Amino acid sequence: MKRMTYREAVRSALREALQNDPRVFIMGEDVGRYGGYYAVTHGLLEEFGPERVRDTPLSEAAYVGAGIGAAVNGMRPIVEVTTINFSLLALDQILNSAATIRYMSGGQINIPLVVRMATGAGRQLAAQHSHSLEGWYAHIPGISVLTPATVADGRGLLLAALNEPDPVFIFEHATLYPLEGEVDEDAGPAKIGEATVRRTGNHVTLVTYGGSLGKTMEAAGQLADEGIEAEVIDLRSLRPLDTATILASVEKTHRAVVVDEAWRTGSFAAEVGAQIMEGGFDLLDWPVQRVCSAEVPMPYAKHMEDAALPQASTIVQVVKEMFQ
Amino acid sequence: MAEFRMPILGADMKAGKLVAWRKQPGDQVHRGDIIADVETDKAVIEVEAFVDGVLERTLVEPGETVPVGTILAIIRLEGEPALAEMPAGPPVEAGAPTVAPHPTVPVQPPVRLRVPEAGGVRISPLARNLAAKLGVDLATVTGTGPGGRIQQRDIEQASAAMARRASAAPSEEVADRQMRMRQAIAAAMARSHRDIPHFHLFTTIDMSRALAWLAKENETRSVADRLLYAILLIKAVACALREVPELNAVWEDDRVSLKPDIHVGVAIVLREGGLVAPALHLTDRQGLGDLMRDFRDVVQRARAGSLRSSELSDPTITITNLGELGVEAVFGLIYPPQVALVGFGKIVERPWSVDGQIVSRPLVTATLAADHRALDGFRGSVFLATIDRLLQEPDKL
Amino acid sequence: MTTEHASLRRPERDHALALLGEMLRIRRFEDKAAELYQAGKIRGFLHLYDGEEAVAVGAMQSIAADDSIVSTYREHGHALVRGLPLDCLMAEMYGKANGCSRGRGGSMHFFDASRRFYGGHGIVGSGLPFAVGLAMADKLRDEKHVTACLFGDGAVAEGIFHESLNLAALWKLPVLFLCENNLYAMGTGIERALSETDIALKARSYAIPAEAVDGMDVLAVEASARRAADAVRQGKGPVFLEARTYRFRGHSMADPQLYRGKEEVAEWMKRDPITNFEERLRDWGFLSDSDVRDMEGSISAEIDAAVAFAEAGPWEPVEDLTRYVTSR
Repeated sequence: MKRMTYREAVRSALREALQNDPRVFIMGEDVGRYGGYYAVTHGLLEEFGPERVRDTPLSEAAYVGAGIGAAVNGMRPIVEVTTINFSLLALDQILNSAATIRYMSGGQINIPLVVRMATGAGRQLAAQHSHSLEGWYAHIPGISVLTPATVADGRGLLLAALNEPDPVFIFEHATLYPLEGEVDEDAGPAKIGEATVRRTGNHVTLVTYGGSLGKTMEAAGQLADEGIEAEVIDLRSLRPLDTATILASVEKTHRAVVVDEAWRTGSFAAEVGAQIMEGGFDLLDWPVQRVCSAEVPMPYAKHMEDAALPQASTIVQVVKEMFQ
Repeated sequence: MAEFRMPILGADMKAGKLVAWRKQPGDQVHRGDIIADVETDKAVIEVEAFVDGVLERTLVEPGETVPVGTILAIIRLEGEPALAEMPAGPPVEAGAPTVAPHPTVPVQPPVRLRVPEAGGVRISPLARNLAAKLGVDLATVTGTGPGGRIQQRDIEQASAAMARRASAAPSEEVADRQMRMRQAIAAAMARSHRDIPHFHLFTTIDMSRALAWLAKENETRSVADRLLYAILLIKAVACALREVPELNAVWEDDRVSLKPDIHVGVAIVLREGGLVAPALHLTDRQGLGDLMRDFRDVVQRARAGSLRSSELSDPTITITNLGELGVEAVFGLIYPPQVALVGFGKIVERPWSVDGQIVSRPLVTATLAADHRALDGFRGSVFLATIDRLLQEPDKL
Repeated sequence: MTTEHASLRRPERDHALALLGEMLRIRRFEDKAAELYQAGKIRGFLHLYDGEEAVAVGAMQSIAADDSIVSTYREHGHALVRGLPLDCLMAEMYGKANGCSRGRGGSMHFFDASRRFYGGHGIVGSGLPFAVGLAMADKLRDEKHVTACLFGDGAVAEGIFHESLNLAALWKLPVLFLCENNLYAMGTGIERALSETDIALKARSYAIPAEAVDGMDVLAVEASARRAADAVRQGKGPVFLEARTYRFRGHSMADPQLYRGKEEVAEWMKRDPITNFEERLRDWGFLSDSDVRDMEGSISAEIDAAVAFAEAGPWEPVEDLTRYVTSR
């Protein structure tokens, strides 16, 4: 086991992929000479050269589309779209090509493309640089959507993605990059589509993913001091979604809260809530609750941003209201 | 023959209007020639022919709107003879043979409608199932969730309460009742002690004649109708009240009110503790047998807790008979607003002087607690003496 | 323009007849498609290629079997010349399971991985980055192939056009960008859409060698495309061809063509690539009436057989609805 940061864990997976598979190459804005906007690809250009660690111009649609074409033609591109905020420029390529061509061609073509993006808020980057749109991507059939929340998953889920025959979108919450944790470097790819129970408890199920895991665990700690034992589930992948793990927990606790940094309306939390209701209606002693961002464009001032985002205290408060 | 039909000219076109014929019957038609103008939602479109031939006949007039697939005209192909008559041509639904089959596998599961019962109890699904399983009547459950929603713990509590009531029902209910009764008695006795200036008198009564008569009387009666000696005491008290009416009264509003009717209250000890003293109505007018029946009925109902409230408030005087318990004399407290309490103790065999001789006689001590506001010792003494006298002639009771 | 030069050079007879036959086959296929659409057999959108045949036929002569092709929704001509079986294309338009895309795509989404024919893209311009990626993979593997990317004048206004040309030129990717400029993006003529209507000039501004060619002359297109493909194949980076052509029919079957006058269409129809080429072949003594009859006859028979193939084709079972969403 080795102690490293989340970004180092991702980097280790990228390096391993570049080393082991000549079809793999990385492409994105400032992944090469700059060392990666979040320093994930730091050092890889020097090690693997400009053909395999390729700086692109600011052309999200073109280089995501090129990633699709290259994947169809036998390569294994890892496209880094700097953040989810810029991915909107490539949305047509993602939806109408990456997710769709296999189906539209009657199964003739598959697209083994991996796209990584930073996501989320919390660093005072204001409205245009703070989105959490994983739920939009999870809406689309034909692709996988992964949200590694731990250092081990930062590496393990990327390795898993590289084994997938179809497009995989990995969303790395920007606040996680400096997170430290233990990584087993011999561990192979993680399993896609399996949620993990990060903390067991009998009283309430807290479902979350990505950047919200930390706050949810913090909330669980505070709740324990008040005698409420929360079970925390880290989804790890939004599509496919591990509903079975969620329902098994709700069967035990009868109460569920979904914590999701996206705006509440039409959020992925709404999907999880609907699935819990559909699969576990009779298990529920309380309606499923959601803790999401306030429906505002993200403000810049810290106190305002903090107020807009889900916090541990909000989660605690919502849970306590379920136990009056 | 080739049929020229109303074409589909757009993805969702269902019908079109023939605006104009660009060829007339008899004209040569070549593949690619414009044969008609058709109006759709969007615009007028020139429609081409796809065959070579001669336009034989038009079947639809300009200005008519027809569904797609309707035959508009007949084109005689090269080499074919002319048509003699108009063909009957119902509009073939365009693309009918190529309509895709209906799905055999439903994409969504069929919805089974189940109209919920009216009732509108707010309850979580978990709690509802639990209530059904435990047999808890939701009407008896108060919900502690928001808006009064019933939750799991409410059902659990209701079920536990049910279990407690079922297993230890008497003691639970009785304990409640006992407490209430005790409180009532306490209030009455405290008031009695506080408000009523009691004086007590007693006398000893020779019961030999009464008991002898009773024994003989009971021989003539069936077991069920046998009289208890207490009935003689009760009747004697009632009749004595006829002669000393001041004791058949209540003290209210700072004065005594004589009551016209005599309703003797009999103190009945309840098995689980506590005391009631219901009235035997019009005690003086009832025969001993009726009185016995009345008494028995009142005792039974007292013990079952089914006395009428009027029975408890009607007595004009109360008798307390603790003889069975071995007490010789009772110096009790009057039940307000009554003005007297008559007590009888145990019948004991004691030496008694009769005509200068000492004999053993069954004696009972009769006590009177009286409200000195309402009467004085003299009248009280007369009352007790009257009871004694009446008990010496039991056949007249 | 190099048209004059190419036209003067007389091709071999067999090759010339082949070119004519290919164009005629496209035309007859498209006309049949129009008929079947109006009869309700083909549904949805149908974008026909009448008038542009010389571009597909001319350009495809230089595209080899292990080259790749990316096209648009106006793809029937490209698919036919590429060799996708005509009956499979017909069945695809019918929506049948024996269609080239299992009936999943229809007229706009022909795919044939075995022939490296990669669609069939419905969103204007969206095939360009796809082509850039295909070419990128070839280059990364050092394989000397060409990716032919066909699109219309409408795509030139999309941002993706500029991003894709820039990227291809920057990385010297082996893409043959072939713009079929038929002067209209649906109902909007290029003079109303582009501040600079010289499309080849725009391509040159990305440091891509670019040339305009008469898209109604199959020999001219063939010659330009050959030069371009050769340059691309040598790894010199992308090359851009603007084929100036015209579509005789509306944008799609529902188009009333209010945006252009009948006279204009009639003028262009005088330059019909098929009739004009036929005339030249006759002038050269390559073509007789019986040759034409034979050609039309075999094409007609092939098309009739294709219709029968499509009519008889099975519907994909509804139980397979979720098949091929993903590979697992």
